[in-house]
Amino acid sequence: MKALLIRELRLSLRSGGGAIPALLFYAAVVIVIPFAVGPDPILLATIAGACLWIGALLASLLGLERMFRDDAEDGSLDQMLIGQTPLPLVVFVKSLVHWTVTGLPLTLTAPLFGIFLGLEGAPLGAAMATLAVGTPSISFIGAVGAAVTVSMARGGLLLSVLVLPLCVPVVIFAVGAVRAVSGSIDPFWPPFLMVSGISLLFAVLGPFVAALALRQGHG
Amino acid sequence: MKLAANAIAVMRGEDIVVDALSFDVASGEALLVKGENGAGKSTMLRAIAGLLPLEAGSLTIEGSDPDFAEATIAEQCHYLGHENAMKGNLSVGENLQFWQDFAGHPHLTILEALDMVGLDGLDSVPFAHLSTGQRRRASIARMLVSYRPIWLLDEPTAGLDDASSSQFAALMGAHLEDGGIVIAATHVPLHLEKTRELVLQTSTDT
Amino acid sequence: MSISTTTDKTDNSAQITARPGISALANPTRFLALVRVVLPFFVLVTIALLAVGLWLGFSAPDDYQQGRTVRIMFVHVPAVWMAMGSYMVMVSGALGVLVWRHPLADVASRAAAPLGAAFTFLGLATGSIWGRPMWGTWWIWDARLTSFLILLIIYLGLIALWRSIEEPARSARMAAVVILVGAINIPIIKFSVDWFTTLHQPASVLRSDGPALAPEFLYPLLIMGLAFLFLFLTLHLMAMRNEIMRRQIRTLQRKLARNRKPTSGHVS
Repeated sequence: MKALLIRELRLSLRSGGGAIPALLFYAAVVIVIPFAVGPDPILLATIAGACLWIGALLASLLGLERMFRDDAEDGSLDQMLIGQTPLPLVVFVKSLVHWTVTGLPLTLTAPLFGIFLGLEGAPLGAAMATLAVGTPSISFIGAVGAAVTVSMARGGLLLSVLVLPLCVPVVIFAVGAVRAVSGSIDPFWPPFLMVSGISLLFAVLGPFVAALALRQGHG
Repeated sequence: MKLAANAIAVMRGEDIVVDALSFDVASGEALLVKGENGAGKSTMLRAIAGLLPLEAGSLTIEGSDPDFAEATIAEQCHYLGHENAMKGNLSVGENLQFWQDFAGHPHLTILEALDMVGLDGLDSVPFAHLSTGQRRRASIARMLVSYRPIWLLDEPTAGLDDASSSQFAALMGAHLEDGGIVIAATHVPLHLEKTRELVLQTSTDT
Repeated sequence: MSISTTTDKTDNSAQITARPGISALANPTRFLALVRVVLPFFVLVTIALLAVGLWLGFSAPDDYQQGRTVRIMFVHVPAVWMAMGSYMVMVSGALGVLVWRHPLADVASRAAAPLGAAFTFLGLATGSIWGRPMWGTWWIWDARLTSFLILLIIYLGLIALWRSIEEPARSARMAAVVILVGAINIPIIKFSVDWFTTLHQPASVLRSDGPALAPEFLYPLLIMGLAFLFLFLTLHLMAMRNEIMRRQIRTLQRKLARNRKPTSGHVS
């Protein structure tokens, strides 16, 4: 498994530019928002958590399409299907690498983008915490979408349509948790724990379902 | 060890392209699968590799290698498909190292394997820089770095020149002497002893 | 170099038949015959139930709180039931595809999707029209409405998925996987009114302590529910029949293309 992890990381660094495309896209989304809603600092601070999450969600969808496509095209996927390594484990590692180059850098750079949106202090901490535990769920459930659309020439759009509805609960609870910290009467922990729970559920479910889709759809 | 197919049927897309096919191959034997384009050669190999489901019939294996006692048939196979399963921006050595670690049952070292296929000294070169024939040979080296008793080869010599082809024939010969099995779909002769032929033909009815 | 090729006589008898794919269906003839017999009956039952249900519905008294608008319920609630019912049909179809690989299973799933999408849309539209006088807004982002909107998106995504993959067998398996994942949404819709505080009222028919509706509302509602069920069954059978025919045409066309001799070209 370590071998696969190293290979996937190497590949994403050498051909995909690592975390840079996701970060650039993230920056683009976050920078456009003040133009769209106006530069009012109070308004921006209110919606900052939501903006960071929308940016993270869209940026995470970016690389999903390629998760299995390259391997399917060059025959590597055939070898992975034949091999003795359980396929769900392969999917798990690939999802993890996807998160390392999207969700993780987005979480780490949240303070920087938070400044642009007037987000600081406890709400910023809450935003980072929800991004850290929430974005893996996008990578894991995204693996299912990537597996289903692997044989399609232009599956990217369909992938987003299939994956986005499944990401809605995470966004709802994550943004709810951020809002709780920035002065609402609702408590922080229940939505935060929901986010963690959804991530754990998808971390288990996603690899198995994606492996099923790969087996059923390839060949 | 003996691999047997009993009246297998396999679909490719919406069509049954292999139907009621039976054969068996024993250790040290090579089965040469012939037939015109679309006769189902690749489909048959992919079915043995477990990449396509059997619609009917069964595949059985007797007397497996003790190292593979628990393994499925697919897990005892090396599959050399049309694609080389290599990444252009990893070096030849990195590619092979990954497949060795991933497939397990290490056999030759990377350098030994590259030597065997005549790519010695190229282990640090990115795979993308290789020529078509060299790429094919690197892919053949993948079968040498980890051990599998059964080799499923789909047009293995595509892109190889005569010298490389006979070098590959020698490698297959060595694999057979070790008690391995080779099942190869090809148009061209493979220069092997102890070969049996299986001719697939498209029927003209319906 | 000695090349000895021993050709085994018994082994080269492999024969390949170009048979129409399994997508030509295990036994479509029997199914189509069955549809021919039961369809007129289903159509009549649907019309009768709709007539009775609508008549009872319109003659029901005004609600003391909601006034006349309460009658939207007789369309809204059955539509919502069938929106989820269609999804359950697709879930069983998906299991049929993945577990039993039954050829009719995908036909059933695929035929249910547009119907489910239509019922979901009807549920959303009537809910919106009902919500305007009751809540003072066409739409509100609460848990029940949001999860129901997601159901519509899942239906549309599935229809797009089926259309994007040309090969029926493959599209069937991929859609089946997505259907099963999307099934998470069904309990969320059902229980959203209990789990979250929403504007939407909690369940009033299917609840553990019996229906909480007055009989003059309950009976028309149940009859309308039955009418929508038969409407679904009728349309579903028709859609399945069409899908089978579409696949038969496809099989015939493929056969035609295969038997066509390649034309020889020449360069002059």
